[in-house]
Amino acid sequence: MTSPAKTELVTVNIDGKEIAVPKGTNVIEAARLVGVDVPHYCYHPKLSVVGNCRMCLVEMGMPAVDPATKAPVIDPATGRQKINWIPRPQIGCATNASPGLHIRTQTPQIKDCREGVMEFLLINHPLDCPICDQAGECKLQEQSTGYGRGYSRFVEQKNVKPKRTQLGPRVTLDDERCILCSRCIRFSKEIAKDDVLGFIDRGSYSTLTCYPGRKLENNYSLNTVDICPVGALTSTDFRFKMRVWFLKQTNSLDTESSVGANTVVWSREGVIYRITPRRNDEVNDTWMADSGRLLYKAVRAESRLVAKDSLAALLARAETILRLSPGLAAVVGSGQSSVEEQFMTRQLARALKAPAYLVSRTDSGDGILVSADRNPNVRGALVTGLIDALPQSYLDELGTAIDRGEVRTVVSVGEDLMAAGLSAAQLAKVSVIYLGTQVCASSVAGAVVIPTLTVFEKSGTMVNQQFRLQRFAKAVAGPVGAFDDLDVLARLITAAGGSAEPSDLAGVWGRLAADVPALRGLSYAAVPETGVVLDSSPWAALPFVEGESLHHRPARAVANA
Amino acid sequence: MPAPAQRRIIFQHIDEPGYTNDLACYLRHGGYSSLRKAVARKPEELIDEVKKSGLRGRGGAGFPCGVKWGLVDRKSGKPIYLVVNADESEPGTFKDRYIIHQDPHQLIEGIMITCFANNVKQAYIYIRGEFPEGARILEKAIAEARAGGFVGPNILGTGYGCEIYVHRGAGAYICGEETGLIESLEGKRPYPRIKPPYFPAVLGLYQCPTIVNNVETLCHVKTIVDIGGEAYSKIGTPNNTGTRILCVSGHVQRPGYYEYEVGKITLGELLNEVCGGPLPGRRFKAVIPGGSSAKILRFGERFKGKRKIGNDLVDYDWGVEDVPMDFDCLAMIGTMGGSGGVIVMDDSVDIVAALANINEFYAHESCGQCTPCREGSLWMKKISARMVHGEARTEDGALLKSVADQIAGRTICAFGEACSWPTQSFLAKFGDEFKAYPESRKSAAAPAVPLA
Repeated sequence: MTSPAKTELVTVNIDGKEIAVPKGTNVIEAARLVGVDVPHYCYHPKLSVVGNCRMCLVEMGMPAVDPATKAPVIDPATGRQKINWIPRPQIGCATNASPGLHIRTQTPQIKDCREGVMEFLLINHPLDCPICDQAGECKLQEQSTGYGRGYSRFVEQKNVKPKRTQLGPRVTLDDERCILCSRCIRFSKEIAKDDVLGFIDRGSYSTLTCYPGRKLENNYSLNTVDICPVGALTSTDFRFKMRVWFLKQTNSLDTESSVGANTVVWSREGVIYRITPRRNDEVNDTWMADSGRLLYKAVRAESRLVAKDSLAALLARAETILRLSPGLAAVVGSGQSSVEEQFMTRQLARALKAPAYLVSRTDSGDGILVSADRNPNVRGALVTGLIDALPQSYLDELGTAIDRGEVRTVVSVGEDLMAAGLSAAQLAKVSVIYLGTQVCASSVAGAVVIPTLTVFEKSGTMVNQQFRLQRFAKAVAGPVGAFDDLDVLARLITAAGGSAEPSDLAGVWGRLAADVPALRGLSYAAVPETGVVLDSSPWAALPFVEGESLHHRPARAVANA
Repeated sequence: MPAPAQRRIIFQHIDEPGYTNDLACYLRHGGYSSLRKAVARKPEELIDEVKKSGLRGRGGAGFPCGVKWGLVDRKSGKPIYLVVNADESEPGTFKDRYIIHQDPHQLIEGIMITCFANNVKQAYIYIRGEFPEGARILEKAIAEARAGGFVGPNILGTGYGCEIYVHRGAGAYICGEETGLIESLEGKRPYPRIKPPYFPAVLGLYQCPTIVNNVETLCHVKTIVDIGGEAYSKIGTPNNTGTRILCVSGHVQRPGYYEYEVGKITLGELLNEVCGGPLPGRRFKAVIPGGSSAKILRFGERFKGKRKIGNDLVDYDWGVEDVPMDFDCLAMIGTMGGSGGVIVMDDSVDIVAALANINEFYAHESCGQCTPCREGSLWMKKISARMVHGEARTEDGALLKSVADQIAGRTICAFGEACSWPTQSFLAKFGDEFKAYPESRKSAAAPAVPLA
């Protein structure tokens, strides 16, 4: 990791409060630091500045100096340096901190500016909040309440625009609600690198649309919905499903690749409705891929595994199988399991004196937020000592061992062995104890199938491509007939004759902190929301498959630079 | 006292019988001699001449040309571009078109001198989209000039080279705003840029330092190099040097274009003597002195105050007719010289309908980028159109003014002022007519059908 360059601090004065901020910080961000809200629509911290909404107008002044001598001009009334205020209001988003900059946000002029912009934005807005998905998280609603006049002077006909344009497979546009802030256009061009959106027509009739013959169908299209400050861009999946104020927010992770984008899972009464990105300036900024937003569909999928038997009955059968062929077991762990589960999987393999394998999942990365390693937590398996080398693509070695009769029992923690390369014939030669969430060839062929929880139904940690340990939390309860992974693994370890292991998160973290060098002294609760970067030096020589992506340069790229 | 005579410098040959727009004719009339003079001198000297001349931009804002050139970032190592603003779109203004159509080589010579003075290697003429004929004429003239060694590589054997390209505009008023123009020239929607940071002198065309000058301004540069900055500064009045083309349209006997020394003629002399006064049986009601965005003046109002002449403060007490047509005097009385388009209205004009017309124009031309102008211009149009179409309310005048007040000074570009100044000034000057409008509409006879 490279440490950010030391930046020069400058002192600015915002509504009378002095604060030192890095030179170049804009007024909106500087004001945020002193608890002053500068309302805005078009400005977004991760996009270029265009200054078109005019909501962030502030009064700006600089300390007066004598033009000839450069000596400060003292105001005799206050005894302090006089401030030359610019008569015209300035936009906060494009005004950067410079030494002595003075900002006023609470003057009658600024109040009038904000009321004016709010009124303008609302005159052609349909005001259909009662049926709008954005209601409850709408900047237009919030700032209308905070900074608007509260009544309308508009008696003319409102403009009419297209109401339900399908911009792409996942995004639906209501042009009448659009306030033309251009965030979505800038996002597509600057972040998704897919320049498909633009305005047609002009003036108040300006209309957002795709370029002719193009669609907004890149894998980041739903970020435009997130950053749309109003209800213009809506998720076709989430549209009309739920009012946002009913939803509970749970911090989680995008488990589709080793990027580990930070997410929020939105649920109500045990049902997940959507996943959105959570800001982490070191990992995913404020973005995530569309593909990661659909992962919650696995929770209530048709193929979800649930047990009719009790866990005790399932474990009794598993114990019988494990006792049947001692010394001839193998354990297949998963790069999709949490750090805690991988540690427990390691303990299980040790109890069985069995080799542990990990299934590799690689594909091409997109250079943004989906990496080539589609396992979210291969590094967790390295850190916990479940494996000591990168996993091979297929379980060839295990297949050979099965063919030779060296393995008679396979415990698979969440991996479908057929999909991982074992043949049906090989599968038929072994007794499989399968822990997992979805119906697959291994669950069908499995001697014992123990349904477990999806990532949304449990808490834990994962280690991303930066060796950043990040937390995810339980959003919803698992279904009846699915069992907590840690509890299942702890009991399997006992069944395999190992010494007793804790079966809850806090207990496992006690073991991790003591037993795993990279995690020494840590606890689940102590991991910050933005994660903590672990010492990766023991694995520096491994040929990780990830290429360059947002906030990540692989070690070999750094070395070559 | 009779009105002073015209002093035609830029329009010297406009409408002259036998004068054609080809190179041969231009050369017969001494063409490109100023360029020859220019390339024999140092570029810095030429910039100094322009600074000395006191030339102010003729596009509308009246910004000193020499100062503009002085702001150009010459240390960046990037190329410097010249962009000629020929997107003449301000309603009431029709001067650049005549230069382009009848005397294009004068413009080309001005461009080449400016390029040489500023070490520009590429110049673009951004010509209004609705001027296809002008674009053809310029293309032909540039080809002639290139063949004659006045444009292109190795000009007049000096080793200095510069190309001129003609770019046809995108058919929108906002393309005449200098940063909108630059965006349009780059092939994008003409959304004006925020300043800071995108000052054309530093981050202009293709993020390189760029000079944007009006057609007429560049023709003045040619004259300045010809006669010297010192001599040029003696034309006109102090701080308002040179001549200015005034385009008079509307209700006068002889509308048209007239070139006068700046500040040497009053509005009254221009309208009553030069343009022959009002139409028979009519009286002047109002005049917009600098293109449709300038604030309107009402005949009969008085302007009082003190102004500086030399080192003395002198009282002035003017009627509309007494105002000298220069940048400073027009600014003093709360309007502007703008682009020189003088729009005259007599007492037949329904002032609310006139504003509705202007508002419709600005609502149609707002680019839609920033909120106050985008929404405010259309709102003002909707209000004034509704008033004209018979549903006026007594409170509409006050509402119009309030909407306009929410636009000016809060937008990305000067279009905010351009679209709100008419409403603000119409209401300030003719508030009584707006207030009485609902009643007057009730009793008004249907307008007469004009005879063909």
